[in-house]
Amino acid sequence: MHLRPFLASALRSVTTGGRGYHLWMGSLTAVMLLGAYGYAVQVREGLAVTGMNDHVSWGLYISNMAFLVGVAAAAVILVLPAYVLHDVDFSRAVLIAEGVAVSALIMCLAFVTANSPGLPFKWWRLTPVIGLLNWPHSMLAWDVIMLNGYLVLNLAIPFYILYSHYRGREPARKKYVPFVYVSVMWAVSIHLVTAFLFAGPPARPFWNSPLLGPRFLASAFTAGPAFMILLLGFIRSHSRYPIPDAAFSKLATATTIAAQVNLVMLLSELVYEFYLPTRHGVSARYLFFGLNEHRALVPWIRTGIALNVLATVTLMIHPLRRNPRWLMPACALLFAGIWVEKGIGLVLPGFVPSPLGEVVEYAPTWVELCVTAGIWALGFFVLTILVRVALPIELGDERSPYLEQPAAGRVTRPREARLRQEAFRPVRTR
Amino acid sequence: MSDERGAKPGGSQDPGTLLERPASRREALGLLLTGLAAGARAIAACNPLSAATPEERELELLEWEEFTQKHYRRMTEEERAETIARLERLAKLRHNQDVTIETTDAQPGVVFGYAFNISKCKGYRRCVEACINENNLDRRADTQYIRIFELENGVVDLEEGDATYQHEVPLEGHFYLGTQCFQCANPPCVPVCPVGATWQEPDGIVVIDYNWCVGCRACMAACPYWARRFNWAAPDVPPQEVNPVQHYLGNRARKAGCVEKCTFCIQRTRKGRLPACVEACPTGARVFGNLLDPDSEIRWVLAHKPLFRLKEELGTEPRFWYFTD
Repeated sequence: MHLRPFLASALRSVTTGGRGYHLWMGSLTAVMLLGAYGYAVQVREGLAVTGMNDHVSWGLYISNMAFLVGVAAAAVILVLPAYVLHDVDFSRAVLIAEGVAVSALIMCLAFVTANSPGLPFKWWRLTPVIGLLNWPHSMLAWDVIMLNGYLVLNLAIPFYILYSHYRGREPARKKYVPFVYVSVMWAVSIHLVTAFLFAGPPARPFWNSPLLGPRFLASAFTAGPAFMILLLGFIRSHSRYPIPDAAFSKLATATTIAAQVNLVMLLSELVYEFYLPTRHGVSARYLFFGLNEHRALVPWIRTGIALNVLATVTLMIHPLRRNPRWLMPACALLFAGIWVEKGIGLVLPGFVPSPLGEVVEYAPTWVELCVTAGIWALGFFVLTILVRVALPIELGDERSPYLEQPAAGRVTRPREARLRQEAFRPVRTR
Repeated sequence: MSDERGAKPGGSQDPGTLLERPASRREALGLLLTGLAAGARAIAACNPLSAATPEERELELLEWEEFTQKHYRRMTEEERAETIARLERLAKLRHNQDVTIETTDAQPGVVFGYAFNISKCKGYRRCVEACINENNLDRRADTQYIRIFELENGVVDLEEGDATYQHEVPLEGHFYLGTQCFQCANPPCVPVCPVGATWQEPDGIVVIDYNWCVGCRACMAACPYWARRFNWAAPDVPPQEVNPVQHYLGNRARKAGCVEKCTFCIQRTRKGRLPACVEACPTGARVFGNLLDPDSEIRWVLAHKPLFRLKEELGTEPRFWYFTD
């Protein structure tokens, strides 16, 4: 009975807004259309229109996928304290974090689809029984399960909570907290599995390191919360949505710790590869110093590391971290730095040189750039929609029209319903 | 081989119409998919714009069936025959070619092995040429399964080698080392496939069901010998150069978006012939045979010559050895 007005009000929330909002959504749509055009070219001509080749067989698509799985997993940084440890400061922000996870996962799935030409039609082969999901042998099969499962969890839990609030009810902890526990473990696993996808095969020494999984987590818990700080800062300055200062300071602390751990891991990798260099380190040599005239990634990784170090040092200085004027740019630099380090600096050098020692460099084509931009626009589009639906409900602006006039036979009186509505306003799940 | 699911042909239960007996879940889903395909086919057949001639209409129908086709290892004998008939018809409709596609199984008591004499190879690349012709490799993308490295005497480091040399061979003071798929006994490319589209046959050949492959390229990232190639675009083979004797798991026509690799010329070797590269080699540097036959030439080479394999430390157990005179 409440579902139809819920959907109607959601549609109203996402289609009404100021000029800036429409401009934002219009620009995202334009970029998505550009991406769709690039994808159409790719479908017609084959992946030959990308910069990938038999030597560098994964490119920008899988790079972005690896990075975004981390952003999705980082929702756990808010989910765990908010739902499991009952941290009041995060009770508002957690729904936004889950929205970020959903949009990051949709981007991941889109990147996997863009990368695998057979998937749009042959996706059913990845399902058990009718297809042939090579589970548990294939890490990619694990990844398919983890990504889709995490997507369902991050859609279902916030939907239940929002829908309960919309109906003027307090969500029943019994009904969603078990799934929250699952999602906490799932978040860590999703990113570990993605790391194992690379770290598993010994064919690529650059990835074949036991540190890769933990390093993925460290960089994920850096980039994810950094993005959350930026997003929450924007939401706080552009809406009435109350996000306490404590939420920012806690997130900033978590980001700083993760960024430091990430740099420590980077250092230990550098020592391992360069102290007494072996064959294992040839890809690292290509990445950081170049092999003869092949130096395509050198400026990227050096910029990325410079950004990381600069941002981490800024965050380590307490007065700077506590000042939004420093915190926000530092988080933006950190996000960009991790994207370079993990996207460009991890996937691509794994293929250079090839296992037989041949050096073929990779550069994306305009088709790949268009599709990649389109998928990022899609992610921001989805994120904007999710935030746009969630905020009015959480602020109490959107409520089921059936609440004030209870249907015949229902014992709830309007006054009670209003009272209940008031009751959860200051702090949600307690 | 840990995956036994594919070994049993499905759907070979007792006869009787579907309505008279309980159908298994897999069977029901299979039927559902076939029904969907039939529906799509019917719609496509009714569309006057999509296909002008009966041939074009037939081509469209056959291409639709490809999407709902079963995994090769799960097909019954009849389904295999139907698939082959469809693929042969497709070759006729698409390129007006009369091809025979075989499904010859592995012969009992046979495991293939290969040995490469680095003292004899002179780098002529006749093997590469023969391989391209035999296996209908994409001419436009210049796909090659075999890579010949030119190395300075005394250096066994492929990183120092040159696989793209364009000069008269043999070059003074150099030797030549060829690579291709080594059909590892412990192939790292097989378990990584998310849809089980690649597997090892009982005779040791690692094969791909091109129709089942979704093109994710996880196997290419997992191969330590750079043996796999991808069809980045629809492969182009001039009609007059097509080798019409084909195998489902071997040299039949591939489409854009699937991975392919050397199969030790499965279409030849399963019928007792030598791979094209062995036959083409003018120096006799290539030795091929049945590892289980104690009287085979390959067994003699393995027993009497100094040997090495590439990247033995990875534990992949290549069935491809290098030896010197």
